Amino acid sequence: MYLNEMLLLGAVLFCIGVYGVLARRNGVLVLMSIELILNAVNINLVAFGAFHDTVQGQIFALFVITVAAAEVGIGLAIVLLLYRNRRSIDLDQVDLMKG
Amino acid sequence: MIAEHVAFGIIAAVMVASALRVVTTRDIMHAALYLVIVLAGVAALFLLVGAEFTGITQVLIYIGAVIVLFLFGIMLTRTDFDQDEETDHKRKFPAILTALLLLAVMIGALVDRFEDVKLDANLPGGQTPQTTAQVSDELFSQYIVPFEAVSVLLLAALIGAIVIARREEGG
Repeated sequence: MYLNEMLLLGAVLFCIGVYGVLARRNGVLVLMSIELILNAVNINLVAFGAFHDTVQGQIFALFVITVAAAEVGIGLAIVLLLYRNRRSIDLDQVDLMKG
Repeated sequence: MIAEHVAFGIIAAVMVASALRVVTTRDIMHAALYLVIVLAGVAALFLLVGAEFTGITQVLIYIGAVIVLFLFGIMLTRTDFDQDEETDHKRKFPAILTALLLLAVMIGALVDRFEDVKLDANLPGGQTPQTTAQVSDELFSQYIVPFEAVSVLLLAALIGAIVIARREEGG
């Protein structure tokens, strides 16, 4: 198996996630796109770990998974608070601090 | 060897198709379910390269916990707006352009550097699976401080989420 197969798949997933973050207005969907990006990074970490035959890639991927779980928890709490205050999770309407 | 390529190709095609559906579908509930397919594909890839513990963790944490969290988030914030996102057109093309440019740069760099590198090139007898025992040895010796830091981070996130999302008493 080629290393590049994994890395290119990671790149494609990363770019799909970037598109989701930039183009979508739904707060929950933006969080999902961030999950896509973090998973693309995990693929790269594990692929390089397997390539160098160390477990360090896996360990970093595990840390990323844990931090992503924490991030989703906080992110969804913020979206929930937003919904409760404004009856909408449209991120374009969250422009209170716009100059 | 050829079976590995075929398995990878099938998994990768399914993952990319599902990921595209995640960011383009109108119904956010469908987006969450397509995300499950992508995450399961990532877990399958981890198993394919011999990273068994990370693959299992991926299933447990992402498909088990994070997706359920997303489903709760979707159900608690249901609005009519989910079905009707026609108005995002003004940002659609800049976003596609940015993503494609980024993809072109990354593909160029990767193909230039890792063109014919085999994943198991370092070992003459093919690659050895990285067992759970090795992962735990490394995690609880060399990476014990980051491990503890992450556990504190999880506690902070737990308390933070409760504080942010709870209703104010009498407010």
